[in-house]
Amino acid sequence: MTTTAPARGRTGAQGSAPPRLARHRTGRTGPTLVLALGALYCLVPVVWVVVASTKARSELFSTFTFAPGSGLLDNLRDLFAYGDGQYGLWVLNTALYAGVGALLSTLVSVMAGFALAKYRFAGQRVLLYAILAGVLLPGITLAIPQYLLLAELGLAGSHLSVLLPSVISPFGIYLSRVYALSAVPDETIEAARIDGARESRVFTSIALPMMLPGMVTVFMLQFVGIWNNFLLPFIMLSDQDRYPLTVGLYTLLSKGSGEPALYSIAIVGAALSIVPLVAMLLFLQRFWRLDLISGGLKG
Amino acid sequence: MTTTTPRAAHGSAATAAPAGAPRRRRRPTLAPYVLSAPAVLLYVAFLAVPIAYAVYLSFRGLRLTGGGAFGRRREVWVGADNYVAALTDPELGAGLLRLLVYGAIAVPLTLGLALLFALLLDMRGARLVRFSRTAIFLPYAVPGVIATLLWGFMYLPSTSPFSWVTRRLADVTIPFLDVPLLYPSLANIAIWGGVGFNMIILYTSLRGIPDEISESARLDGASEWQIALRIKVPLVGPALVLTGLFALIGTLQVYGEPATLKPMTSAISWTFVPLMKIYRDAFLRDDLPLAAASSVVLALGTLVVSIALLRLGQRRVFGEQS
Repeated sequence: MTTTAPARGRTGAQGSAPPRLARHRTGRTGPTLVLALGALYCLVPVVWVVVASTKARSELFSTFTFAPGSGLLDNLRDLFAYGDGQYGLWVLNTALYAGVGALLSTLVSVMAGFALAKYRFAGQRVLLYAILAGVLLPGITLAIPQYLLLAELGLAGSHLSVLLPSVISPFGIYLSRVYALSAVPDETIEAARIDGARESRVFTSIALPMMLPGMVTVFMLQFVGIWNNFLLPFIMLSDQDRYPLTVGLYTLLSKGSGEPALYSIAIVGAALSIVPLVAMLLFLQRFWRLDLISGGLKG
Repeated sequence: MTTTTPRAAHGSAATAAPAGAPRRRRRPTLAPYVLSAPAVLLYVAFLAVPIAYAVYLSFRGLRLTGGGAFGRRREVWVGADNYVAALTDPELGAGLLRLLVYGAIAVPLTLGLALLFALLLDMRGARLVRFSRTAIFLPYAVPGVIATLLWGFMYLPSTSPFSWVTRRLADVTIPFLDVPLLYPSLANIAIWGGVGFNMIILYTSLRGIPDEISESARLDGASEWQIALRIKVPLVGPALVLTGLFALIGTLQVYGEPATLKPMTSAISWTFVPLMKIYRDAFLRDDLPLAAASSVVLALGTLVVSIALLRLGQRRVFGEQS
């Protein structure tokens, strides 16, 4: 049944009209409409938070939610005045955890990935298995054990306690390995060696430049991953001045349930925090090699 | 599974190696050890050792020793007591059940919508492709906690635009944050945040399908939808398995979203999802051993589920190839 119906449709289309015309008629408005609906769905909350951030406290609960208000400047002033400028610290902390963390993570990943892909060495098999097991292990369930350990060492609560666990990324190493296998030809490495290049030079002058698109991908994934990881900083940190934006805004909101004045601050803080990341994402989008991920299962 | 993925990966390593120069290398080199040293050190410090420590802790417990008035609470070996306590705790079971309801809504819808959008983007004749792709991908840049904050305000009766409309029309507010609507409301946040990323992964693998395949089907008179369902979907099977795996792991780890919504509604308890219960045990009740045992159970559970899914996926993919 399912096979006959399309077959009949096919002969009909061939008989009556040129296939190209039929295709145009069916294939334009429907898909476009669905895509536009999807885009609308994804944009609505973002538009809402931007509009809501312009509202004065009294307008937030009274005027129509998508009507812009008149309190943007006041809200911004309140936001940056909150807790003696804690918001600014949260931004800096986020830049440290996600920015520096992702940068270090990319470097560590690309080094290990290249070694796994292009050398034979003792313990290689064990390392590869360990990395693969790490990919499947939910990172977030590690947060509590990591806290216990760092607390023993007296490191819990420091910037390092959030930064260091974020640097190791089994998935990043795995992707780097897949990318190194496909992007760095063995002949190029061998040619460099014959020309007398040392191994360090092979890595810095040959491997790194060739792996750059893969590195951008790993960096972005890791950046968003760290920026998204709520539980780790939430568990590790007790000093509000060391919070990243996510934990900071969370505490604002949980206080806000008793103190609705904090809602406007939380809203303008949320609106402001997604702007730079969205901008970066849009900019870096063109350098992404996400086919890496879809190819990862086979590789 | 611990056997299959590594085997697949090893297979590719083996195919890469014969062509590779490294084998013919004359002098031994320290390079691979130096290159992988930072990763190994960090792996041991922040994965292996914490796991080992959690496992150790999960077999420990505070017990009264000495007896009588002089008895002291000391940390001793308690065997599997913590595991028994964790597994028989009705709250953990209830949390898993809530997770199941949440996941049963979030995972299929995330993947289904991601596949639908990816197919539409890849389809001939669709307009607004670039704009839609960027717009749908945009929520990926919004962290879960902030996404929850945005949607939380969209749900909260006093600020919700949806309830604003229904209040004007029928003088009712939509109880987004009460059971049973709470589950779809929570799932919606995950769907909103996850569709774009999965869509891009599926879209990139759709783009990897050679044009000739679709073109020849088109010449045979197949419609765009037939091409999409019969040819493209089976070919992106591996990517679908992978995105399914991500979505599933994400579901089991859900913490930030319900925790952020908690101040807005009384329907979310301290033990709403397993990770919230673990957090409560560890930090509000100071029962670290129990929390460690629950963490181990959750991590093992996730591992087993993802392994099973990968197995299933590989069989499916191989079955279709043969």
